[in-house]
Amino acid sequence: MKSLIKKLVETIGPSGYESQIRAVIREEVEPLVDEVRVDNLGNLIARKGGKLPGEVRGQPGVKIMLAAHIDEIGLIASHIDDFGFVRFVPIGGVRPHTCPGGRVRFLNGVEGVIGIERFSIALRSESNNSVPSFEQMYIDVGVSSRKDCSLHVGDMAVFERPFLDMGKRLVSKAMDDRIGTAVLIETLRQFEEQSISSPHQLYFVFSVQEEVGLRGAMTAAFGVDPDLGLAVDVTACGDTPRGGKMEVGLGRGPAIKVRDEGMLADPRLVDWMVETARRARVPYQMEILIGGTTDARSIQLTRAGVPAGCLSIPCRYIHSPSEMVDFGDVQNAVKLLVELLSNPIKFLTCPQS
Amino acid sequence: MNDLLPLLKDLISEPGLSGYESPVRKLIENAWRPLTDEIHVSRLGSLHALRKGRAPEPRPSLLLTGHMDAIGLMVTSLVDGFIRLVEVGGVDPRVLPGQLVTVHGRKDIPGVIVQPPSYLLPSEVRGVAVPLKYLLVDVGLEPAQVERLVRVGDLVSFAQTPIELGEDYLVGHTLDDRAAVGVITQCLVELQGRSLNWDLWVAATSQEEETFGGAFTSAYQLRPTLAVAIDVTFASGPGSPSHLTFPLGKGFTLGWGPNIHPKFHKAMKDLADRLEIPHKLEPMPELSGTDAYAMQVVAEGVPTMMVGIPLRYMHTPVEMVCLKDITRSGRFLADFAAQLDDKFMEKLSVYPEVVSHED
Amino acid sequence: MKIETIANMSKNRIPSIGNAQIRLLESLCNASAVSGEEEKVRSIVLEQIRPLVDEIKVDALGNVLAKRFGQEKKRLRVMVTAHMDEVGMMIVADDEEGLFRFETVGGLEVSQLVGKAVWVGKNRVPGVIGAKPIHLVEQDELSQLIKLEALRIDVGPENGKKVKVGDRATFATPFIRLGPSLRAKALDDRVGVATLIELIRQPQPHLDLLAAFTVQEEVGLRGARVAAYTLDPDLAFVIDCTPARDLPDWESGGYHVEKEEIENTQYNTRLGAGPAIYIADHATLSDPRLIRHLVETAEALKIPYQIRQPGGGGTDAGAIHRQRVGVPTVSISVPGRYLHTTASIIRLEDWKNTLALIHAALSLLSPRLLRTER
Repeated sequence: MKSLIKKLVETIGPSGYESQIRAVIREEVEPLVDEVRVDNLGNLIARKGGKLPGEVRGQPGVKIMLAAHIDEIGLIASHIDDFGFVRFVPIGGVRPHTCPGGRVRFLNGVEGVIGIERFSIALRSESNNSVPSFEQMYIDVGVSSRKDCSLHVGDMAVFERPFLDMGKRLVSKAMDDRIGTAVLIETLRQFEEQSISSPHQLYFVFSVQEEVGLRGAMTAAFGVDPDLGLAVDVTACGDTPRGGKMEVGLGRGPAIKVRDEGMLADPRLVDWMVETARRARVPYQMEILIGGTTDARSIQLTRAGVPAGCLSIPCRYIHSPSEMVDFGDVQNAVKLLVELLSNPIKFLTCPQS
Repeated sequence: MNDLLPLLKDLISEPGLSGYESPVRKLIENAWRPLTDEIHVSRLGSLHALRKGRAPEPRPSLLLTGHMDAIGLMVTSLVDGFIRLVEVGGVDPRVLPGQLVTVHGRKDIPGVIVQPPSYLLPSEVRGVAVPLKYLLVDVGLEPAQVERLVRVGDLVSFAQTPIELGEDYLVGHTLDDRAAVGVITQCLVELQGRSLNWDLWVAATSQEEETFGGAFTSAYQLRPTLAVAIDVTFASGPGSPSHLTFPLGKGFTLGWGPNIHPKFHKAMKDLADRLEIPHKLEPMPELSGTDAYAMQVVAEGVPTMMVGIPLRYMHTPVEMVCLKDITRSGRFLADFAAQLDDKFMEKLSVYPEVVSHED
Repeated sequence: MKIETIANMSKNRIPSIGNAQIRLLESLCNASAVSGEEEKVRSIVLEQIRPLVDEIKVDALGNVLAKRFGQEKKRLRVMVTAHMDEVGMMIVADDEEGLFRFETVGGLEVSQLVGKAVWVGKNRVPGVIGAKPIHLVEQDELSQLIKLEALRIDVGPENGKKVKVGDRATFATPFIRLGPSLRAKALDDRVGVATLIELIRQPQPHLDLLAAFTVQEEVGLRGARVAAYTLDPDLAFVIDCTPARDLPDWESGGYHVEKEEIENTQYNTRLGAGPAIYIADHATLSDPRLIRHLVETAEALKIPYQIRQPGGGGTDAGAIHRQRVGVPTVSISVPGRYLHTTASIIRLEDWKNTLALIHAALSLLSPRLLRTER
């Protein structure tokens, strides 16, 4: 699975321009599902299971939408000056303090380094702290004049960092949410390898434009119109020095999201995930995230409503070029997801209590 | 008038935070079932009930909504038997120190929210309002007991019991917006024995305080011809600037602004004037902050209105309403629903015809 | 068909901006239509397009939805929008003697309001937003921003009865032509409305033109959301007016100046540089296929154009592209200085080129465009 993760995180795919990463995922997924399509915004939607949900042990199956977003945060060129320096604005939640000295790669292959204005900070900065603002930064692509610069206003770049395998821990840019993507793909592989048949009709959605406002999941969910939605995304950790106060840490299992800034998970869904984790002896943590939300919010508010939740992969340093996850957590997430999807879901198929 | 009081007191004593409305929903279901023809729960946990109309199909429908979810708190971690919190819905942390609460763990546990002494807090929060993340709940039990009974994700609701202030005023938490549930119930009671042309849907919506999720999804499912959000509005009182507030006991407000269909407003205003029911125009220059905001832009769009019940001390555990405002609004909405006929939509769809663009 | 041939065909039918169009824009800009009360502009629109379209409807929010059907088989259903509303004010309390408290509607800065003339209500009662005389201002007060709570709209003691709580107000700026420029209030987005009306005049046999004159863009893209849901188009073009912040940096000019220190790098768009094509704003990442189509069309027909700097802001595209199963969308705007103030300025040439580019882009659309994946 590590080589899959490496391939996914090292492929470029900023929000709105995901075709390269989509192609990589499509190649992995197509042999494992019944139907693959791409919608108007570029979401990759893969259906596994018949045209209708099936049945297991007398219990009817339901239509489930899973979502992991394939886009990553990045930068977009806003101005090329006479000397070929490239000014930019962020796409998605890029943190200014992770930028200076960072390396980026544009969609057309050009690489660059992020520099900062030095003396301007003292003279013209509005902010009192020492973190430069995006207006004070630029990308140096190694040319001396605008005419040598092959970039234009509107060109997109992502952070450039190779995948690092530390054994238990894995580090890369774009773990958010290529790790969720890897979990979905690996789940499909497990279904294949273990010859599991799910009673449910499963839609694996590899969604676009999550980082700029959960946009892809909105349209994908409208099209799929599921009975239940489950996002697979990263969540923050509270286990670093003077870090945020959060009860989630690396190495303690995948997290079952109770609430984040944009969504309260359906409590019945949370209970279902907890019970299943216990039954399958998968370690888990309960998650409340302050600051941030996921595709699950979009799914929940679609049409007449969809019970929704999120299976989270704990991750340190989110939205930096070096996001860190625990490989054990990732494997346990797959194990839990397989278990969740292969059994009947009582709370949906029994009358509302 | 007092018939509604027992129900209101029950409503504001029952837990039901945003996303976790089922206890209060059961209560409302019991109240509405005998008053309606059909009742069901939406996928997001809102309660929908129908009073069928008599007009031939396809029959237009009016939707009345009040949101049943409460603001409150949620457990984020346990520290030495103390509980740390995050908010559910918009909570002013300044009203919290010393508040009595109920922690809904493996069983309901009484607790109190406490503010640690300032020397135990970072220096930036000395002499200023202490943010929620520094407050704690003390349930008076040993840490080991707390670990057994309470978990991350458990809910914490206000324990303030209802207080009657004289004959006409009721105080408690979550009158925002269970007062509206009271209004709708009154409306259904008034309509007993009266026939309707249009279908009347009533909804106790979920998650208004967080995402307006109930309003978006209920309006999508029910696709009403018209929708009215009944919500509480700011009553004049200490600390609230008078130009933004309305007096208690002097009638409901009728919303006005982009969230509101101007002719729908006018139709309601005309009826209220005819029935000599006191009301005031409530300007909402941009967005209403109510379920009307959500319902208006669902699918192809819905003409929406907002009826406001004045309330003091909104989003504190000691919210105050005048019972007369609730019962009067309920009766008014019943009269409004009963007079809807096949001509009503013509009044709404007449946008100004081509007129000269000289003013 | 070679692109040159198509280009020649297109050139013959390019709609032009003449005196009639300028007069129409004048009446649109002079009309008051604050978000939520767009009647005055809606009447003008209805009057202009009624004879031209096959279907017309005003929906629950007040959007005008008009369809002009093509004739060919397998037609693309193309939505084109412009918003009718402007930023403004609403009266919220009566302070007696002709003085009224008000709040802003849409993104209007308080600093733009002070000492201005306004029109209030449907009957355009004239009023002013005064300010404390400078003689009475304390020294330390002078540097502080004036707060909204301190301002009032004053219609004079006699006319107090003509104004009521709930009335809307706009700046009282009359439209004028200034050489190559036009100056008015609400060019955002009356210039889009005027452009859309002109586009509807041009028959496009190979597509269904679904025109949406939307409401409430300035308070959250509300009208466009339901308009797109109702029309359910194959793709969408949004015509708006976007800020041109192309003023000189304060350090420009004078001696001993190092060029790179004084370049204005956040101009958004420049006046005179042509229609501005959006790649990304805060609400939308435009569909790259449509961006390409616009750029290729502009290059082929030698229509000047610019790329709007990515960054903040939003247009109706933000709501449209997220509807139902998603709509490929792009925005094109006329650059304008001083938007959301009493007096905005656009160049006539930019308006002409915007109309020309959108018209050409529509003429050259084919279903092939959407066959590649986004």
